[in-house]
Amino acid sequence: MSSDPAAATLPLSVHDLTVAYDRKPVLWDVGFDVPPGSLVGVVGPNGAGKSTLLQAVMDLLSPASGRIEVFGAPYRKMRHRVGYVPQRESVDWDFPVDALDVVTMGLYRRIGWCLPVRQKHRDLAIEALDRVGIADLARRQISQLSGGQQQRTFLARALVQDADLYLMDEPFAAVDAATERAIIDILREMKNRNKTSVVIHHDLQSVPEYFDYVVLLNMRIVAHGPVAETFTPENLQKTYGGRLTLLDEVAEAMRRRERSL
Amino acid sequence: MSGDDRTLRTQPRVQREPFSASRRLRGAALILVLCCNLSTSPCVFAHYSPSGRVGLSGPERVSWSARPIAALLSPALAGELLTVDTAGDPSRSDRSLAGRSLDWPTWRQLRRVLLLQDYNTRVVVLGTTLLGCAAAMVGSFTLLRKRALMGDALSHATLPGIALAFILATLYGGDGKALPVLLVGATISGLLGVATILVLRSLTRLKEDTAIGAVLSVYFGAGVALLSIVQQMREGNAAGLESFIYGKTASMGRADIRLIATAAAACIAGCVLLFKELKLLCFDDAFAGSRGFPVRRLDITLMALVVIVTIVGLQAVGLILMIALLIIPAAAARFWTERLGRMFLISGALGAASGWLGASVSAVFSKLPSGAMIVLVCTAMFAFSMAFGSARGVAVRAFKRRRLNRSIDRQHLLRGLYELLEESSTADDANAQRHEGVRLEALLRKRSWSRPRLLRQIRRCQDDLLVQARGNRVRLTRRGVIEARRLTRQHRLWELFLIHYADVAPSHVDRDADAIEHVLEPEIIEELEAILSRSGPALPASPHRLDQPDPVPPAEGS
Repeated sequence: MSSDPAAATLPLSVHDLTVAYDRKPVLWDVGFDVPPGSLVGVVGPNGAGKSTLLQAVMDLLSPASGRIEVFGAPYRKMRHRVGYVPQRESVDWDFPVDALDVVTMGLYRRIGWCLPVRQKHRDLAIEALDRVGIADLARRQISQLSGGQQQRTFLARALVQDADLYLMDEPFAAVDAATERAIIDILREMKNRNKTSVVIHHDLQSVPEYFDYVVLLNMRIVAHGPVAETFTPENLQKTYGGRLTLLDEVAEAMRRRERSL
Repeated sequence: MSGDDRTLRTQPRVQREPFSASRRLRGAALILVLCCNLSTSPCVFAHYSPSGRVGLSGPERVSWSARPIAALLSPALAGELLTVDTAGDPSRSDRSLAGRSLDWPTWRQLRRVLLLQDYNTRVVVLGTTLLGCAAAMVGSFTLLRKRALMGDALSHATLPGIALAFILATLYGGDGKALPVLLVGATISGLLGVATILVLRSLTRLKEDTAIGAVLSVYFGAGVALLSIVQQMREGNAAGLESFIYGKTASMGRADIRLIATAAAACIAGCVLLFKELKLLCFDDAFAGSRGFPVRRLDITLMALVVIVTIVGLQAVGLILMIALLIIPAAAARFWTERLGRMFLISGALGAASGWLGASVSAVFSKLPSGAMIVLVCTAMFAFSMAFGSARGVAVRAFKRRRLNRSIDRQHLLRGLYELLEESSTADDANAQRHEGVRLEALLRKRSWSRPRLLRQIRRCQDDLLVQARGNRVRLTRRGVIEARRLTRQHRLWELFLIHYADVAPSHVDRDADAIEHVLEPEIIEELEAILSRSGPALPASPHRLDQPDPVPPAEGS
């Protein structure tokens, strides 16, 4: 708790979290800590409760039980230090706004109720768009952006908040190779600035390459810890069941990682 | 409703015999038919009104008063209605529903209305204008929140509340037709309707549209049934209550207009103040929640705005047509812009214009009901926007598409000519070849285009002095060579870019490059050239001598 100095520095700590929709539990007794300045991959099969976990962290749903602390305090007190990148499919891209509008949404809380967006906010937004490499598309209506550019826009909206903990729901889903590289570059740069990112990820092969900490989730926590120790074929088998081809690929990816280190 | 009681005069009592057959079908027919679309329900209501006292065409205080929509939409019924109408007041038969020919206004009448010289006109037009504006602004958010039909359910669900409020007020000895009483009843039952939808949706797995359809028709049916009870009550005087169904500006007094204007202005102010928050709510509620915005309360606020405009709009536009003012201006505005701020303003302007013009038309033609006129003006604007809207209008899109296709064809022709010349010659003596021109067959083989299409394009390029066609041969003019070289260079830059930077398989490059080239802006091309020149060897490795000065001597006649 906040009296514990170590806990206060932890960007995210989840204790005994249980979430249920209707009577069907989605997450059981999930507990893990995220070390500061780490790049965390949350991995698990479809329906494992990965998105639910992020939503529970952000108070978007009320868990059946459990405690979640963000920088040693409840989320609502630390909201300003958390940036969120939702799934790209979660919004209607035909909405009449341009990329710049979407990015300034990250600042609405700071701007305050009922006050208009001002030039300095737009400048900040342009800066964030520039960081993700699409500043020249700022005035383009969002449906005219490619999938990768839409994802970059969402990332810029989180970056503009200048948060310390970023929660990302599948930022790599269905983006082009260039965008994937751009996103991972930004994640690494943030890590170097001691910022923490918790990223839901689907592609097991790239986990060893991208992340240094991993949470294996399938309704319950299968394992969590540094990738080198945790991301093992045995743990993956427990997470995904016995899909051997998949495991072979992962073993190969781990070997590559070791070679590259 | 102060001072308006005269307008809600008792309808003449009529025998029920003419309707006795249809009365038996009442229960089933009401439920089945009333949930049909907006335009038919007024006639149906008129037809199945169980008391037999249809009362659709009472004498009005104001000369340009609204006339029932039922008469317009269902001439077949008019005769039947006439019987009812004239039974009590034969002297008015010339002005009744059967007299369907419009009285064309004199120039003086027209001027009086349009210049708002008439006090009544002025007041009513001001009210409907503000109402239209407010409804359209609120509507642009509900449209984007994908809750547009909630407004419809809400307005239909107000009817039982209106009838019940009248019954209760009358039983307790009050004035059943006091507007505040009726509107409180309308609000309560409207909200109950919305709550029923929400409960249905969360308890069962019914989809929202199903829940809305069910609730809307059941509430409206209940309202109609209650209204029939009201009309059979001995106490009180229920005539005029139906004006809530299809709207009747003529029945509005000064106090009513003041209420409408205040409420509408409050809604507009609310929308403007919460513009940013509502925008975020409509676009991405999960993100809004994560930022700590009270999503639920914002949703309730938006719904409250809908409730307010709907309730105050009931009298002017009617509960059946109210939804049109919420949806149509916003949908029309979307054709003009890709920005929410502008959409919001355009929508408000269209709504205000509909309110103004609709009320004016109904003032000029004394037999046209205001609610229907407002909606029809609105729809005309929608149709115009759909066709000519500058952002998404059908005509504009077709025009842009055509222009794009032509420019693609042109680029294909010029590039095809240039490449054929390159193939058939060494780079050094390309000049001489150019003067001879390229055979049409060779061009036809070069791309999959039809002969007429190719010829059409050659003609166009000839008009632009880019090519010259002589017999079966086509050649580039000096201007054409410059343009063709520019296009070819651009195209190859793209090919190289794709090959070197985007890991696109070279076998696919040609088609992709074509598509991208034609949407490229000049500044991006410059940027691309810079990237390519930085990377050195990737710059056109001069197989085509692209960066050489123009080797062509001036062609004659160009």
